Amino acid sequence: MRIEFEHRQSAHCESGVTSNLLRSISGGKITEPLAFGIGAGLFFAHIPFIKINNGPAIAFRTMPGHIFNRTCKSLDIPVLRKKFSSKEKAESFLNECLDNGHPVGCQVGVYYLPYFPKEYRFHFNAHNIIVYGAEPDKYLISDPIMEFPTTMDSYQLERVRFAKGALAPRGHIYYPKSGVDITDEQLKQAIKNGIKKNANQMLYIPGSFAGVAGIKSTGNKIKKWRDKLGLQKAGSYLAQLVRMQEEIGTGGGGFRYIYAAFLQEADSLVPGNQLSDVSVMFTKAGDIWRTAAVQAAGIYKGRIGSQEDFDVMGDYLIEIAALEKEAFLALKKIKWR
Amino acid sequence: MKKDEVPQDLGSLGKITKEVCYATDSSGKYVTELSSGWDVKTKALDVAWDDIKKRVEAAREQVLANNASPLLFFMEYRLMDISILAGYTGFWQWQIKRHLKPDVFAELSDKKFQIYADAFNIKVADLKSMTVHED
Repeated sequence: MRIEFEHRQSAHCESGVTSNLLRSISGGKITEPLAFGIGAGLFFAHIPFIKINNGPAIAFRTMPGHIFNRTCKSLDIPVLRKKFSSKEKAESFLNECLDNGHPVGCQVGVYYLPYFPKEYRFHFNAHNIIVYGAEPDKYLISDPIMEFPTTMDSYQLERVRFAKGALAPRGHIYYPKSGVDITDEQLKQAIKNGIKKNANQMLYIPGSFAGVAGIKSTGNKIKKWRDKLGLQKAGSYLAQLVRMQEEIGTGGGGFRYIYAAFLQEADSLVPGNQLSDVSVMFTKAGDIWRTAAVQAAGIYKGRIGSQEDFDVMGDYLIEIAALEKEAFLALKKIKWR
Repeated sequence: MKKDEVPQDLGSLGKITKEVCYATDSSGKYVTELSSGWDVKTKALDVAWDDIKKRVEAAREQVLANNASPLLFFMEYRLMDISILAGYTGFWQWQIKRHLKPDVFAELSDKKFQIYADAFNIKVADLKSMTVHED
């Protein structure tokens, strides 16, 4: 069973899956940056007391699942989603969807993904792929971060769909129902809502560990890491920060460049709101994130490592926090035309 | 980031797939550009794996000194904590904590050994003897 489906590589798995699943419905209108922006994907959080792989728990994007949900909701696209307690039911439901001609999104864990390089296999359970067909002994897979489509046999697919640990997918499957048109008016409204939502979540989330306040607070924490953790462990923490910021599927600069691309694209769809000026600010923020990553690399490579070097690192984040705050306040204050 | 500044340092991912970056062209317009890797993040990944190797070695020594059962070694080797292992095996966390004791581990039933071996994707004999085959 083969379904009409075109694999397109994207930067980020969830916004890529979202835009690829919506392509036939939207006539290609929903690009990856639009999905990311409408889904209010940009975020920052540094969750205290929790360790991931023995390092800090830092995220640059919103909770897994939110981008797809919010994008479909704001465009009034009905969604079918299911989780399963039984592996057999999960597989037969998948086969049913494919038989009915629906390519489907699947949440999977990456640890046992056969086509991933070994160095990238961690217990991360919020990866997203599209299954777009089945042949006698294999499923046809479109993983948005890969250049080309790939395949998995049913055991391999079952294993990653039922990966265990935090955010265990439990066979999670989802697809947008077809037969819906997206009007230009809906798209415009969805863009505005996405921007408002993203500004609110970055500016006003309570507590000091998330949003722009979180970036500043992590900047201040980094300055203390050298004394508190010792040079070696502080280096490992910085390496983890850089991996979360730049590794597979952020599009570079901790998703700041995708967001800047979104604002630029949005500017042509809802013109007259100075969105491209704000886009430039996010490009600048992404650039500083990258500069900070180079500084961090100097530390974990052992090339530098004085307290002053950690202060410089922390100050980059404090500078970014101020810049992103200014950018989101500018978005918040827009009088939409 | 400008399009011509997108790094092209070959990393372990780059050998299998290039990844999409968003960058601006000469007129400031956003385009996508493929990157084969960036030295800064390759090194970050190396740091993560060096830390894991150290933890695996420390676990091996704990097992050899009879302070822990081979479960500890394979948990570190498979990057699993107790909650992940509980998920894959269906055991309670307190049971796994008991099984981490060498004398309790030695008395486990064949069925339990098999459950652990499946969770780690290894053979029972290798679990007991702490043998690793690169996969």
